[in-house]
Amino acid sequence: MKVTFPHMGNQYVATKILLEELGVDIVVPAECNQEALNIGTQHSPESICLPLKVNIGNYMKGFKEGADTIVLTGSCGPCRFGYYSILQKEILKDMGYDDIKVILLDPPQGDYKNFIDSVTELAQTKNPYKILRALKKAIQILYEVDALEEATHYKRPRQKQKGLVDRYYDQFHKDVRKVYGYKETSRVIEKARQDILNIEEEPNREILKIGIIGEIYTVIEPFVNLNIEKKLGDMGIEVHRSLKISHWLTEHLFLSPLNLTMEGKTRKAAEPYIKTMIGGHARETVGHGVRYAQEGFDGIIQIYPFTCMPEIVAQSILPKVETDYNTPYLCLIVDEMTGEAGFNTRIEAFTDLLQRRKELRHNEKLLSGN
Amino acid sequence: MKNCYLGIDVGSVSTNIVLMGEDKKILVKAYTRTQGKPIEAIQRGFKEIQTKLKEKVIVKGVGSTGSGRHLASMIVGADIVKNEITAHGIAALSFVDGVRTILEIGGQDSKIILLRDGVISDFAMNTVCAAGTGSFLDRQAARLGIEIEDFGDEALKSANAVRIAGRCAVFAESDMIHKQQLGHNQEDIIKGLCDALVRNFLNNLGKGKEILGPVVFQGGVAANIGIKKSFEEALGFEVYVPPHHEVMGAIGCCLLAQEHHIKGNKTKFEGFELANSGYQVKGIECEDCANLCEVIEIFKDDNLMARWGDKCGKWSDLVKENNENEKLA
Ligand code: SF4
Repeated sequence: MKVTFPHMGNQYVATKILLEELGVDIVVPAECNQEALNIGTQHSPESICLPLKVNIGNYMKGFKEGADTIVLTGSCGPCRFGYYSILQKEILKDMGYDDIKVILLDPPQGDYKNFIDSVTELAQTKNPYKILRALKKAIQILYEVDALEEATHYKRPRQKQKGLVDRYYDQFHKDVRKVYGYKETSRVIEKARQDILNIEEEPNREILKIGIIGEIYTVIEPFVNLNIEKKLGDMGIEVHRSLKISHWLTEHLFLSPLNLTMEGKTRKAAEPYIKTMIGGHARETVGHGVRYAQEGFDGIIQIYPFTCMPEIVAQSILPKVETDYNTPYLCLIVDEMTGEAGFNTRIEAFTDLLQRRKELRHNEKLLSGN
Repeated sequence: MKNCYLGIDVGSVSTNIVLMGEDKKILVKAYTRTQGKPIEAIQRGFKEIQTKLKEKVIVKGVGSTGSGRHLASMIVGADIVKNEITAHGIAALSFVDGVRTILEIGGQDSKIILLRDGVISDFAMNTVCAAGTGSFLDRQAARLGIEIEDFGDEALKSANAVRIAGRCAVFAESDMIHKQQLGHNQEDIIKGLCDALVRNFLNNLGKGKEILGPVVFQGGVAANIGIKKSFEEALGFEVYVPPHHEVMGAIGCCLLAQEHHIKGNKTKFEGFELANSGYQVKGIECEDCANLCEVIEIFKDDNLMARWGDKCGKWSDLVKENNENEKLA
């Protein structure tokens, strides 16, 4: 058995560790790119959301390198993501991959038995100790890569020599594919993080802060959001990303089945605008938007895949948040037709707008002498 | 010798170039079709400017905008590179004091920009739906067998507009044909099309936005008095069309370039002679990583001028380093 899996930002580093620590033979598919998207677009229903298309492309890359099994996570909430595994199986069948095995790691909505069964099937061991240890390490890695990403968000707008952060960060992606197991990986991550943190800063730069909200896949996967974090960072903007896989996993794997939640604060923030769960993460999107506004961020950007219902609802609510808190908001919708030129124009215009606002506020302060 | 500023707006359909004097008066403007060849369009525009120009000028600053702004800036040596939205906002502000809404309709896209206290506070841009743009009108004019220039006058003659579905270009087109077959007047149909386009614009871009006056209407379509009238009827107040409404992006660039110059910066302008240089564009596919970026290279008389399109910056950085070394040497 040789296992592959779809990409979502840096999640691959942790999945790799989980499988490696379980002793499973794996293929890490090439990073998301145009070719993967083309393959996926060709074989998926046209109106399905973008993540599914990219996933299909990822699998093909994995199969090419000898994978015969895929692992994926399953349903969370009543949106199309719940059908992903079923739909993908059908698509793969149509493409002639009948014999591919699909293992579904469904987050345990209250019952851990199914989840443990799937992991047991994957790990080919019944030893719970071994499984738990691997799981723990994988989650630890998730937190470590998320910390690494945070370092890039902090440093990019401040670095004296432009491009340095990305040089280290790209090197990290190359290096991490070459190492095996928890220890080595952790070391590579930490080294990259230190390198980035040590980059010399330009002290006198004015830094704006933008919070990014929206659908988890498009927020997290840089290929589909056209590298928005890097673009904003290079324009001198510190990005804060509302969703992190580490948090998402902790939430769905451990907290929500036990009826605990870290998302309480976010839900509470969303409450004046949206009271119930409507599927996907609409409520969280609104909640995060409100929280950023309350925390005094200069702007909020929402990103979601074309046709994503929960996010459309959130989009119709957010202008209200924008006026209530006087915090500019921009919505970006992506799919395989997204043109980079128009995308960049919107981001640039938005940051111009934020900058001018800030200047104006400064001047007013000077005039009034406060 | 007269000091002046150059603004270049390279869009996917048209390329506009404007030369503005220090007093903010427009000296000359050139309009040419981009036709997928922005470099040639810029060169053509430069030639046009040179032939129209009656006096000797000296360019003190250059700005570029539009989807081809980066390409343009590399070729002509622009000092300021700005997105269309900011450029349009700045231009409108200099024409109408206290403008609070800008409606902009070009050939392929349209946008709405809201300003409050002289600062852009919100915007929306439409690049997908053709029913809200100039090309839609062009096509319908051709179908009705009238010149696009006469479109507006015809619309004004109508006393009884026909309602035409404006949600989408496809429906609008078939609905219009249907209304024609029912025997409606040509001018009533034309008025109906103007209303449909305005409805489409306001529903798509203006939805949820507070449209306050003064309102400026600009872009190529602003020449159409039929559309202007439809906007006024829909909004309930006067809509102002500035004199050089079709080149506002380029004018915004001139203003930004002027600001840049006043701050004491020297221009990087390469001179109008570049209209006579030979440019070649080559593409290479980088195979160093999975991104397989298509890198574009621009040569001026066989010298490598610029490269871009690489996600990692490996190739574009290389040119910068070379150029810097040259300058040092
Ligand atoms: S949240 Fe959006 S992207 Fe995700 S599955 Fe649902 S519709 Fe698709």
